[in-house]
Amino acid sequence: MSFTVPPTLAAEIDELISHYPGQKRSASLMLLHAVQEHFGWISPAATEWIAAKLDLQPINVHELVTFYPMFRREPAGRHVIKVCRTLSCALGGSHALHAHFCQKLGLDAHAHGLQTTPDGKFSVEFVECLASCGTAPVLMCNEEFHEGVTTAKADEIMEKCA
Amino acid sequence: MSTAAPTETKPAPPPVETIKVKVDGREIAVPKTMPDPMSGKPVATTMIQACNLARVDVPHYCYHPKLPVAGNCRMCLVEFGTPAMGPDRKPVLNPDGTPKIAKSPRPAIACATPISPGMEIYTTTPGVKQMREGVLEFLLINHPLDCPICDQAGECKLQEYSVEYGQTTSRFVEAKVHKPKQVDLGPRIVLDDERCILCTRCIRFTRDIAGDDALGIVNRGSYNTLAAYPGKAFDNNYTLNTVDLCPVGALTSKDFRFQMRVWFLKETKSVCTSCATGCNIVIGAREDKVYRYEPRENDAVNSSWMCDSGRLNYKWIGAANRITRLLRQNPGAGSEPITWTTAAREIADRLLAARPGSVAIIGSARQTNEELFLLARVARQVSAVTDSVPRTQTGDKLLVSADRNPNSNGARLTGIAPAVLGSNLRAIADGIAKGTIKTLVVFGEDVTKHGIGAELLAKLDTLVACDILSNPTTDRAHYVLPGCAHAEKRGSFTNGKGRVQRFMKAVEPRGDARPEWEFLHELVRNLNGQDGFTTIEGLFNLMAREVPAFQGLTWAALGDTGVTITLPA
Repeated sequence: MSFTVPPTLAAEIDELISHYPGQKRSASLMLLHAVQEHFGWISPAATEWIAAKLDLQPINVHELVTFYPMFRREPAGRHVIKVCRTLSCALGGSHALHAHFCQKLGLDAHAHGLQTTPDGKFSVEFVECLASCGTAPVLMCNEEFHEGVTTAKADEIMEKCA
Repeated sequence: MSTAAPTETKPAPPPVETIKVKVDGREIAVPKTMPDPMSGKPVATTMIQACNLARVDVPHYCYHPKLPVAGNCRMCLVEFGTPAMGPDRKPVLNPDGTPKIAKSPRPAIACATPISPGMEIYTTTPGVKQMREGVLEFLLINHPLDCPICDQAGECKLQEYSVEYGQTTSRFVEAKVHKPKQVDLGPRIVLDDERCILCTRCIRFTRDIAGDDALGIVNRGSYNTLAAYPGKAFDNNYTLNTVDLCPVGALTSKDFRFQMRVWFLKETKSVCTSCATGCNIVIGAREDKVYRYEPRENDAVNSSWMCDSGRLNYKWIGAANRITRLLRQNPGAGSEPITWTTAAREIADRLLAARPGSVAIIGSARQTNEELFLLARVARQVSAVTDSVPRTQTGDKLLVSADRNPNSNGARLTGIAPAVLGSNLRAIADGIAKGTIKTLVVFGEDVTKHGIGAELLAKLDTLVACDILSNPTTDRAHYVLPGCAHAEKRGSFTNGKGRVQRFMKAVEPRGDARPEWEFLHELVRNLNGQDGFTTIEGLFNLMAREVPAFQGLTWAALGDTGVTITLPA
């Protein structure tokens, strides 16, 4: 599996590593974030590339990727909808909201983890607290934050996604 | 069990400051610092080390004296107290003048908590018992409890501590998390992740001792799983040590898996023969079949480890081409079985009849000191030229020696081999070719692989070959003597660094085979009329008196871990 890092990302990664003089390993998480931001997920080739970059063994990076749920080990859709399911949102109807997305998009509401439509346009997942308990239920569509999301508002959000 | 070695020459340890602590009410002075298992630098003594010194057992899973401390299993929790200090920074005293102990409100893990002067450690309180029960209950939550089919059964810390701290019934009514049951971790290891208690001993061993950072814990929480990187085999020459280290049945040896219940194995202290390091081992055998080698702790030689190649090098003991019959052969005219007495008499007669200087003896650096000593006596009696066969390989930094012979030094010290093993072989081959050497005695080597081919062997009047497995040399011998594997006899080796180590008999010899030293003793008596010793103890002690490098040694003083001698420069 070939894995090429564009020059801009390579420069960013070198800069990130320079934040941790004498302890390159500490940059692992920052590198994983940067790589996921660029590619959308962490491929095995990316894991191995990061390990080599930091003079680590691939297992050292693989441990992190599997520990943190925010690191994806398969590509997500073009638009990622993250529905909060922590207490306030759960009480405010986040499960119904999540089920609504899944039903509209033909996904299984009971499956664990991130789910992507066959056309690769949407991904839906539950996440933990998005820090807006007063306006439950809340979600993030890509980098955009939406509060007090009703099913109507949910449809609107989906429509806006090109 | 281990006896102190009297001739041990260790550098005098620097005076270490001791501090007094109490373990379960008994005062003991312990060193303030002890060497770090990895760096060897002095680090503060921990509670578990103090307890060990006080001979108080503290149950533990993740702690191992030879590995860095991880402190994750929590099984070693103990209660403790320290001398109470008054506002004036002076110890508060009880009415009877003893220091008042302020008991810590919280327990501490004994493996990672340093001791301090006057500290009191309590390992038998109801609180400690309750904590151990609690920790064990947690460790068993996702454990499959498949002891009946588990290879670790009988030597499992979960089982052992369950006896002491286990519950009779499980309170866990939820569904257990299922993890991979048969992970092919590498060519020699199968992993059962459900049995794993995540102590990380294997990870620390392979990272910090074997130097192959190959294992890790993936996933999170109750899904935590021991794994190698996907697609990458756990394959270094020390992987099987993780099976020994694993306190439960998670890491199993493909070689030993499902072969034998461990409680049927008879354990015998022995020494590995695969190289000049001479790792101390325990042979596990049942009904004269060897099932496994395991490393035996000896800090002067192999710490607690051994290499995989040495560990698995035992199958030849039961190989199909073992020589089991003592035979007199007439090349081309068949063979007939004879007795050891006849063989010793006839071979002695032939040696005595041989023209002085026409006899060559090739011993093996895989033979014991005692056998080589007797062989050297035979050689002296008939003025034979002698040698042995060198075997080399690429060594490593941990245990594997570049010398593949277990006893090259024994061959040198007894005089069978010159300083450079094999340097006489050419002369012996030439002598046979020229017809000056007419008698060849070979012990434990196939000389056809070492420059003395079949056409040379055919020129000999007498060829005596003693070996364990049949080979082109034994095929052409006039006398074929079935030899013993080290596991079938007692004896000693001198390792690459001059440590003389004895090993014990684990299984019976096959067929007619008998320990080489017994036959050689008989041969020497037939040659010069001298009666030596009929026990290995006596023979060793005789050798120690006659071979300068072994001066002062006795079989008994070798103990289980051997004695280091000074090798002549």
